[in-house]
Amino acid sequence: MLNTLVAVCIAYALFLFAIAFAAERIAAHGQARWLRSPVVYTLSLSIYCTAWTFYGAVGSAVRSGFEYMAIYLGPSLVLVGWWWILRKLVRIGRSQRITSVADLVSSRYGKSNLLAVGVTLLAVIGTTPYIALQLQSVTLSFEAFSAGEVIVGEEKGHTALWVAAGLALFTVIFGTRNLDANERHNGVVMAIAVEAVVKLFALLAVGVFVVWGLGGGLTETLARIDASELGHWRIDGGRWAGVMLLSAAAFLCLPRIFQVLVVENDNETHLRTASWAFPLYLGLMSLFVVPIAVIGLDLLPEGSNPDLFVLTLPLSQGQGGLAVLSFLGGFSSATSMVIVAAIALSTMVSNHVVMPLWLRFAEPGATVSGDVRTVVLLARRLSIIGVVMLGYLYYRLSGGGEALATIGFVSFAGVAQVLPAMLGGIFWRGASKAGAFTGLILGFVVWNYTLFLPSFGPGVLMPEAWFAHGPFGIGFLRPQAMFGLSDMDPLLHAFFWSMSVNTGGFILGSLVSFPQPLERLQGAQFVNVFEHSTSPRSWTGNVAQSEDLMIMAQRILGARDAQELFEREAEKQGGRGPLPDVTPQFLETLERELAGSVGAATAHAMVGQIVGGMSVSVEDLMAVADETAQMMEYSARLEAQSQELARTAAQLREANAKLTRLSVQKDAFLSQISHELRTPMTSIRAFSEILRDTSGLGDAEKTKYASIIHDEAIRLTRLLDDLLDLSVLENGQVNLNLREGLLSDVLDRAVAAAAADEAGRRLEIRRDRGAEQIVLHTDLDRLSQVFINLIANARKYCDAPRPRLEISVRAGARLAIDFTDNGSGVAAEAQDVIFEKFSRVSDQKAGGAGLGLAICRQIVTRLGGDITYVPGRGGASFRVSLPADLAIAAQ
Amino acid sequence: MSEGSPRRGTPPVFLERQSYRRRRVMDGARVLPFLGALLWLVPLLWQEDPEQGVRSSAVIVYLFGVWLLLVLLAGFVAWALGRPAPGDGLGSGGE
Amino acid sequence: MSKHVLLIEDEPNIIEAISFILSRDGLAVETHSDGTTANEKLRGARPDLLILDVMLPGKSGYDILRELRADPATAALPVLMLTARGQTRDREMAEREGVSAFMSKPFANSEMLDTVRALLNGVPEEAPGKP
Repeated sequence: MLNTLVAVCIAYALFLFAIAFAAERIAAHGQARWLRSPVVYTLSLSIYCTAWTFYGAVGSAVRSGFEYMAIYLGPSLVLVGWWWILRKLVRIGRSQRITSVADLVSSRYGKSNLLAVGVTLLAVIGTTPYIALQLQSVTLSFEAFSAGEVIVGEEKGHTALWVAAGLALFTVIFGTRNLDANERHNGVVMAIAVEAVVKLFALLAVGVFVVWGLGGGLTETLARIDASELGHWRIDGGRWAGVMLLSAAAFLCLPRIFQVLVVENDNETHLRTASWAFPLYLGLMSLFVVPIAVIGLDLLPEGSNPDLFVLTLPLSQGQGGLAVLSFLGGFSSATSMVIVAAIALSTMVSNHVVMPLWLRFAEPGATVSGDVRTVVLLARRLSIIGVVMLGYLYYRLSGGGEALATIGFVSFAGVAQVLPAMLGGIFWRGASKAGAFTGLILGFVVWNYTLFLPSFGPGVLMPEAWFAHGPFGIGFLRPQAMFGLSDMDPLLHAFFWSMSVNTGGFILGSLVSFPQPLERLQGAQFVNVFEHSTSPRSWTGNVAQSEDLMIMAQRILGARDAQELFEREAEKQGGRGPLPDVTPQFLETLERELAGSVGAATAHAMVGQIVGGMSVSVEDLMAVADETAQMMEYSARLEAQSQELARTAAQLREANAKLTRLSVQKDAFLSQISHELRTPMTSIRAFSEILRDTSGLGDAEKTKYASIIHDEAIRLTRLLDDLLDLSVLENGQVNLNLREGLLSDVLDRAVAAAAADEAGRRLEIRRDRGAEQIVLHTDLDRLSQVFINLIANARKYCDAPRPRLEISVRAGARLAIDFTDNGSGVAAEAQDVIFEKFSRVSDQKAGGAGLGLAICRQIVTRLGGDITYVPGRGGASFRVSLPADLAIAAQ
Repeated sequence: MSEGSPRRGTPPVFLERQSYRRRRVMDGARVLPFLGALLWLVPLLWQEDPEQGVRSSAVIVYLFGVWLLLVLLAGFVAWALGRPAPGDGLGSGGE
Repeated sequence: MSKHVLLIEDEPNIIEAISFILSRDGLAVETHSDGTTANEKLRGARPDLLILDVMLPGKSGYDILRELRADPATAALPVLMLTARGQTRDREMAEREGVSAFMSKPFANSEMLDTVRALLNGVPEEAPGKP
């Protein structure tokens, strides 16, 4: 019998391999449409029903009545209420190319890898016992068939080992065929769908056999149920509601469910079908549980394991074929769970633990030069084997005893700790990474303390005394009666406390922390996913080389897919070249494609590494593993960049305005210079023609006209001298004639020269001779030229009725000489251009050609000082400041 | 706006009859899980007395009846939402 | 009776040159050098021809021209405008304000004389200032 069973087992396994292989082949030929029907999607969800539920539901019914149903009711409600949560999860999963629960949480909270590692850890801890449970159920079912043939402990281990190895092999082959998780595992999903049909069919067959074959028909069976010890409604109300809630929460958070529900989802409309079809499936799965339990209790000998009624009932009735079918149902339940769980966990482990570590320790630049694709695949495969073997180890270590029976709920409560962060993340924009961290850690700790560690029994991992009196005798902290809740069911107690503390920590942490820019961006994208399923993310850099990105993408996606992607994107951009331009949109698309293979956090870091171009170094590569730091650097850099941009823009605007003003002034200057040149030339020409053409001019007249020509020629020369002077100063060709002299002497000379220059208006000049007693070591002639110009300007432009100029000297760190008049000053908008050449404040106030102050500035700059306009002094005020070492104060 | 059905982004105040129905179906989809939860929590009010308590056969009929009802309602909602939506951008989003 | 010319110009040397040229031709030349009071001077002087510089202290030649064209008493007065800036824009502005003739500095004395004579004989001068 046992050998037949092994043969059947192997045949069934081969059948599954064939199905998966065929599905892969069909998909490869592009005919995957029917493989991806809503029915297949719905059936793949059935991995929720594991061996624990296939066999265990009957056992649970025997032990606690209808409670087993609550495990199915929770997920049914979640599916029926798909419009609330699942619809959003699936849309987010598709638009953000989410690869796992950990990836979802990490993506939402600013692509924090640390968070992803936390969720991964939680998932592994929560799932490992569950895998062990599956292995145990397969072993137990083998045992049931052996009836008489005693399987010794050693062999028991062998069965589990063989099953584990076979499952690992299957998963490695079909779970890591294509790297991009978003290309989906056609073979695996198909095999699982088939298994879903097998287990449903097996359970229904057993049920039908029990009700109509053994129970004597429907009414008869119902009567027998009423007459049995399960005959009336008895249940712990708290558990009924609590288990319903717990199973609903776990359904959303279980890595394997997330894998088929979100990651493998091919089309959002499939969810609509699943919304009614999956509850129907669950209903059918649980329909015959109570009849099987009751009839089993009736017919099977006292002390039979009710967990195996599904198997032993047909067996005891001599229905070998039905029993084998039933065995295959249980086998299917166990294997499909392990396969998908291994894929889901391996994705998490490789994306969030192995890859970041590899990136950290691989040589610099490895993302481009090394073959990442191989590394990722290897990481995946090793992770799969690791996860399955971990389950096996757990099974061996735990001894496969009663402790495993409760592990289903323990596991549920563990993974449910992700729920607050997940739901908060997709519904509440204010949810922050700090909150998610706080909640997860608190929930994890409480779950460990109140449920996981105690689940091994008193004295195993937790001292016995703690159960009775609390740690260190603190009664309020008893693991199963925290804060005095001693009457509560341990499961509910743990679920209540862990979720309360988790949610509280999550909300509080979110409220008090301030999310980083990327978190806020992702938050908005997640919460408002229906408003903008594709909204831009913040890639600002444009230095990345398309070739570099291409090379990297090839390493990860494979050459063909990468080329296709790049060609498609290049075409989308208008087909200017074989490679697309590195636009933010393109980077975003690429990043999402890569995210499907290596996870959002790693993809982001990899693209960032190339996009950052020269500015990204080995340090950035190192920072991948600790993405918190990396993101902080990134956003800081972004901020710095945008600040710099804003500054540059402001400078540009300023420069532009200045240029515009200068251009206007240059026009005005050309006009002015034309006027200045033509006016003397007019006189020169007119009088030279008069001298030439007019006969009979008197000597006096001739002399007079000739001297006018002479004066005007000098005026022309002076203008040209000024222009030349400025040009020489600007080109730095001037030689300074450094001498020592008193400041007051220089001022004296300047005042005298300015007065002699144009004797038109009277200008009162006030000076403070005491302060002027400063010995200067500089080019005194040039300095005096500056002073003359400033005094002449005051005379020309000061518009007070009694013009007055005050020259004040202050010696400090620098020597400052101020020329302040009592006129109306220079208008604010003109203040920054008056030192430019060609600049004249107003062309109505005729005067120089606008070169004076430009020359002054050039000279003072040559002398090592500067000249500025001092606003707010009443009149026009110019300050000449010179370095103090030019000045040696007189004794 | 000259003519034609209002596009996404400018939610109109009044919807055409079909769109209106569709909105109500969405509301129904939102209510459904609460209805289910409520009905399935009703057993909490039942007596647990072996003599006068509810018989298991009745429990089975009730629980699975609710289950069937939910499946049918969910099926109807899925069907109603699956029909092409006239001028309404807020469908289930699948295409 | 000799024709009467009013010259409004601020450069003393140019005033002297033009006065000399026109007086030698038998014209009576009166001069004025302040832009702000130019129009009053004009109303008082009632010349047969006005020679007007563009850049004057206080008021530009264009403004003076616009005002005298708006005044019926002087609307038909022939006006010769002088400018040292010599850009086409200046010429266009002057023509818009209704100038009779326009001349860039520096000018040939003969050219000045020809233009003045033509204006006084009521013959509109075409494109003065070109050889």
